[in-house]
Amino acid sequence: MYETVIGLEVHAQLKTRTKAFCGCLNEFGAPANTRTCPVCLGFPGSLPVLNEMAFEHGMKAALALNCQIQNFTKFDRKHYFYPDLPKNYQISQYDLPLALDGGLKIKIKDREKTIPVKRVHLEEDAGKLIHEGEGSLVDYNRAGVPLLEIVTEPEIHSPDEAYEYLSELKAILKYLEVSDCDMEKGSLRCDANISLRLIGAEKLGTKTELKNMNSFKAVREALNYEIKRQTGILESGQRIIQETLLWDEVSAKTVAMRSKEEAMDYRYFTEPDLPGFVLTEEKIKAVKDNLPELPQALKQRFIRDYGLSDYDVEILAQEKRVADYFEACFKIYPQAKSISNWLIGPLSYELNSRNLDIQSLGLKPPELTTLISFVDQDKISNLSAKEVLTARLNSKKTVEEIIQEKDLLQICDSGELSAIIDAVISANQKSVQDYSSGKANALMFLVGQVMRQSKGKANPKVAQEMLKEKLTNV
Amino acid sequence: MIISKDDVLKVANLARIELNQEELNLFSGQLESVLEFIAKLKKADVSSVKPMSHILDIQNVLRADIPGESLPNALVLKNAPESLKGHFRVPKVIE
Ligand SMILES: [Zn+2]
Repeated sequence: MYETVIGLEVHAQLKTRTKAFCGCLNEFGAPANTRTCPVCLGFPGSLPVLNEMAFEHGMKAALALNCQIQNFTKFDRKHYFYPDLPKNYQISQYDLPLALDGGLKIKIKDREKTIPVKRVHLEEDAGKLIHEGEGSLVDYNRAGVPLLEIVTEPEIHSPDEAYEYLSELKAILKYLEVSDCDMEKGSLRCDANISLRLIGAEKLGTKTELKNMNSFKAVREALNYEIKRQTGILESGQRIIQETLLWDEVSAKTVAMRSKEEAMDYRYFTEPDLPGFVLTEEKIKAVKDNLPELPQALKQRFIRDYGLSDYDVEILAQEKRVADYFEACFKIYPQAKSISNWLIGPLSYELNSRNLDIQSLGLKPPELTTLISFVDQDKISNLSAKEVLTARLNSKKTVEEIIQEKDLLQICDSGELSAIIDAVISANQKSVQDYSSGKANALMFLVGQVMRQSKGKANPKVAQEMLKEKLTNV
Repeated sequence: MIISKDDVLKVANLARIELNQEELNLFSGQLESVLEFIAKLKKADVSSVKPMSHILDIQNVLRADIPGESLPNALVLKNAPESLKGHFRVPKVIE
């Protein structure tokens, strides 16, 4: 039997207004090569100067990952040739990175485990290549965008652990507001290395590197595939070749990179254009003291203060904005479970189908709580309420206007309901007799008739109660 | 000899520089004397010198996260041997 050994390397684009070393805008989707200057294009004589916001974002993330911020850190040049790298070197960090030795707590099948984070360092992104026809096109808008590289020790032991680690890491970076972590836009990228060894063996097996995974799910799938592939090779007595593999989403396979990668020699040396950075304990403490509440603390608080379940809290806490929205609703209408159910259920359905986040949805917390309170007071049915929500999001009308317009208020007046029930009883004597002789189904038929006569506006629960009572007194 | 011809060819390859036989001889000799000079420096007594990563006595040089000027696309592309749709165009890069 083999043990799986996985290490992950994540690159997160930092959310700053400008690039890491120049004043060009750090902006996704701008027209090609309109966010470049002599610094990020690597013109001779230009000088990089580090963006203090990028530096601070890096510190925040490192501290949230329980890393040791180093008292002295510096930048290095990493040399390689590729058309997306205008200077022919990337400004990165090598021997004195920003932070070392952290750890991230994850929960896996109700068990807690800390994934050790080996190092966190700052570097710059490369440009973007588009392959078109006979050639490749290069856009340098992304060149010089600040990146945070976060590397784990090879102490992740299953694809599920890898998935959990990535989800938790993403949540933390988003809570810190240091990165958008949008894998589709490439603001979060993940490479993995994986090897197998016989259980109990000390020495690590030969690893392969996996690239080109465009979602956390893809990371998990690629790792699962690679475990099967490597197991097959080892069991047939062959050896694993150390190589870089690309995940192909369509065929759901890892494939070897076509270009023969000669052993890379990056010839790192200290970046002479950037003097080093000294970080005092006071400075580090100041950043640490200002960290916002992180996902795990928020989850504990939600369970403690609102009495919500683990399950609910896991979902609410995925997005800080959703958690904030929950709290805004609770302040107006302190019914935690109802609000949570609505956020996790109908509202998240609307968000997904409209591909919006909760802020851009344009539904204010008091509007949602008004709707929820109508349901909680049995004034409208749950089903009608979902209809109201959709209608509200499609128009500028208020919740109350929609309820009135669609005539959705349930019959609360017991006199009116009583009259309908009496009519149903006298029109359906056969079912009444069936019920008296113990056929439970007959009751459901009669409730159905009441719902029909009331045009769906009777509250089925109340109708059933009243029916039962009247039938026993017949 | 501190540096072999093979080392010179390897370094040249990493730097994407093609050397003919004549150049290989010329640069091997020049690199040899550079390395001899460095070898001399290595013998210097530096026990009283603090290790440094930068020659100037400055640190923590940062700039505020405030946008500056970028260059217009047309000007940027003047440096491109070939361009297409606002992009630099290069020979096909195969991944
Ligand atoms: Zn620039």
